[in-house]
Amino acid sequence: MNRRIDITLTVNGERVSRSVDTRLHLIDFLRTELGLTGAHTACEHGVCGACTVRLDGDPVRGCLVMAASLDGSVVETIEGLSDTGEIRDLQEAFVARNAAQCGYCTPGMLITAAEILTTAPDASREEIREHISGNYCRCTGYQAIVDAVEDVLKARRTSEAA
Amino acid sequence: MNEIVTPKSLGLSREDLPNSYIGRSVPRPNVRKLVEGRATYTDDVTLPRLVHAAFLRSPHAHARIVSIDTAAALAVPGVVRVFTGADLAKVCDPWVAVLAHLKGMKSAPQYPLPLERATWQGEAVAAVVADTRAAAEDGVAALAVAFEPLPAQVDMETALAPGAVVIHPELGDNLVFTRTAETGDVAGAFAAAHRVVEATFHTGRHTGVTLEPRSIIADYNRADGTLTVHHSTQAPHMMQNVFATQLRMAEGDVRVICKDVGGSYGIKVHVYPDEMAVACMSKIMGRPVKFIADRFEAFGSDIHARDHRIKGRLAVDAEGRFLAFDIDDLTGIGPYSVYPRTSAVEGNQVVNLCGGPYAFANYRCTTTVVLQNKSPTCQYRAVGHPIATTVTEGLVDLAAEALGMDKVALRRKNLIRDDAYPCTSPAGMRFEGLSHHASLDKLLEMVPVEKIRADQAEQRKRGVYRGLGFASFIELTNPSPFMYGIGGAKISAQDGCTVRMDPDGSLVALSGVTEQGQGTEAILAQIVAHGVGVPVSKVKVVTGDTQTTPYGGGTWACRGAGIGGEAALQSAIALKEQILEVAGAMLQAQAASLDIVMGEVVDKATGQVRMPLAELGRIVYYRGDTLPKDLARELVQTRHFITKEYPFAFTNGIQASWLEVDVETGMVKLLEHWCVEDCGRVINPMLVDEQVRGGIVQGIGGALYEHCIYNEDGQLLTTTLADYLVPMAAEMPDMHVGHVETPTKESLLGAKGAGEAGTAGAPAAIMNAINDALSPLGARVLAQPFTPDRILRALGTIA
Repeated sequence: MNRRIDITLTVNGERVSRSVDTRLHLIDFLRTELGLTGAHTACEHGVCGACTVRLDGDPVRGCLVMAASLDGSVVETIEGLSDTGEIRDLQEAFVARNAAQCGYCTPGMLITAAEILTTAPDASREEIREHISGNYCRCTGYQAIVDAVEDVLKARRTSEAA
Repeated sequence: MNEIVTPKSLGLSREDLPNSYIGRSVPRPNVRKLVEGRATYTDDVTLPRLVHAAFLRSPHAHARIVSIDTAAALAVPGVVRVFTGADLAKVCDPWVAVLAHLKGMKSAPQYPLPLERATWQGEAVAAVVADTRAAAEDGVAALAVAFEPLPAQVDMETALAPGAVVIHPELGDNLVFTRTAETGDVAGAFAAAHRVVEATFHTGRHTGVTLEPRSIIADYNRADGTLTVHHSTQAPHMMQNVFATQLRMAEGDVRVICKDVGGSYGIKVHVYPDEMAVACMSKIMGRPVKFIADRFEAFGSDIHARDHRIKGRLAVDAEGRFLAFDIDDLTGIGPYSVYPRTSAVEGNQVVNLCGGPYAFANYRCTTTVVLQNKSPTCQYRAVGHPIATTVTEGLVDLAAEALGMDKVALRRKNLIRDDAYPCTSPAGMRFEGLSHHASLDKLLEMVPVEKIRADQAEQRKRGVYRGLGFASFIELTNPSPFMYGIGGAKISAQDGCTVRMDPDGSLVALSGVTEQGQGTEAILAQIVAHGVGVPVSKVKVVTGDTQTTPYGGGTWACRGAGIGGEAALQSAIALKEQILEVAGAMLQAQAASLDIVMGEVVDKATGQVRMPLAELGRIVYYRGDTLPKDLARELVQTRHFITKEYPFAFTNGIQASWLEVDVETGMVKLLEHWCVEDCGRVINPMLVDEQVRGGIVQGIGGALYEHCIYNEDGQLLTTTLADYLVPMAAEMPDMHVGHVETPTKESLLGAKGAGEAGTAGAPAAIMNAINDALSPLGARVLAQPFTPDRILRALGTIA
């Protein structure tokens, strides 16, 4: 009943080839096959956002994407984004604002928040709140996260203006 | 007492005392690994020969287990073994969750997996172990378990009525615990009252929803007879004792390791039968077994909380003085009291805390704790506090309306005076020092009440209903053995810290308290850096390992900073003395003439640098031959701390909520929220603020959204995050946090707890704000969560 499918894809800039169970989800593929444990499973039905990673440039729920569908895809995780330094300023803002407590939602939150930095550089607090509403955080109450994203948006606008 | 050297206490600037960290917002060093995805949660740990467990869970609220046929499950590829309750009972003794000081309390023995009956929907009944979690779940799907459904006792209101299903016949009835207490002349006070207000409140059963579900790997090593448990827990030493006791092992042969924890809030401080089953299966199989609850399992097997019905009455005189509170609390706790904290503590705390902020003489309370066929309930963040605060502050607002008095003025008239301490409440709670009036004053500096009232009046003309609600509260922190130890539970109220200096002058602090995201490790590093005199970057903190850290209770009931922090401060001060003694011998100076500033031994009078700690470390560790023979040179100190004067260090605070009710849809929009709290000495203001904000939002969750809904058959209907709603970013308001600092005199550090204040007060503030908004329409809501449905019913819009 469990067919296997061969896939070759790029994960965090590295080519990866695996034979995967057809029922394997992206998040479990990353965590168990590749040891990329930065993204987390929390609801496993696409609500909470803890498993958010990037697929071909867009944030996706790792628990709703089948690994078998990923031949030829480009996947980026928090580990890869940390290595490239693409969201270094956002990560630093999270540290400075204590926008992470237990940290379980944080990698997914960062990947979702990173999107608004490029898609809506003038986003208001309300727009930031709306944008991250698909990522649940049980610890912070969200305000520090909104503060951190707002700080980075301001800083990027300032550096672009300079 | 309480004379910590800080720049402020010396009249100096931060630059004059650069390693002064107590009271300073230092970023948490361990956030960096969280933002880079480099944390280690239990599911991230993998071990050789690891197998995975999945559980078959009862589909019935109450059912006899007729038979379990394992053949088909064992035939599933990857399945290694199947376990039933009888299999596990051979290696594990059952536990009974009662506390001796809760007189008359009773509960039934609980096993890792039940032997004969399932007593709630979601209870683990059988386990399958396989080489992957997916294969284990395939095995569960293939298990053939025959159940004979039994009548279920679901409604707590009928649990003690004639004809109720007695869930454990050997107990005789469904009564777990009841207590009635009276102080003063309650009947007389009510008879003589100018006004009496009364109401029945409901708080909705809800749960913690830790984003990281419960997680455990048990690894029994037959070769040396040790059990190593990687566990997402708040209390490693307590769990070490529990595993050892129940599995008939020596405590020293059990090691509990707890790395990063993805949220706890009280959920991860209890003994869960499925986790005990994992330990049993590992012991039987002699190999590591992992179990990570999925979200469906979490909703049905994590502890729930706050399932209460409370009848309250308040008597007031003509001047608005409170004469008496009369409280009758009923709670349904599921089919078992939860080990080892028990499920009677929440109800007991409700009646201990009602009326807490106020001065009054007469108090009567009853708490009644009953069994039912629902998930077990136990202690969740701010145990009992949000319930007691809801009842108290709801009655206070009712009294203000009955008297025609301003709600703030009525509170000010009755709040315990700031100069009245120490004092004891009619419920018997001893207060060392609180600041209700200072906190109220501070809140009123922050909340633009007049502007809000003007806006409210203006909006009402346009058919927009906005409300402002207040809630004063007290919070129980820094618990002594009076909370659990005197009842016989092996839950440590003391905690320890070892601080050592290594050759390069860096420090390592090992602490019995634990980190689940609050910032425990950060504040311990600050305290140790402050106490010894080094940059905070030179301190590494180790928590969460029973084999290396001093024995302690862990982090719960707001004790991490107050208890663990004081142990850290005392051991740091002792280490500093030791270092200076060695330095004095090296430098031929009196130890008292030296100090340590930013990692260097300096001359106290002149500030002149005499020797870096790295040089002192080099000599002590590599050239000990050059030191005087009789010089004590152990650069390591351990201190333990326990509170002795008061059973609990109470804190206090007040919250305000400003919100808008859409009377067409029943939706509540939160506009702004304020909290002033007094947690004693603030160690890291940023972290305290974030604890308060996170706590407020969990309180908001319970007030507006979160609800474990059961049908009449005891089926849990809210088992996904699409059905069980938690606060999302867009719905949450900005929260303003202010502080008053009344340090406890029990410790040098003076810190009390801060983690539960937000949750304690938020639901009451929101309830009062909603009712303030609805008041022109003659509607009132008293049952949480305050859903659109309930608000529309209160308005008479729907029947």
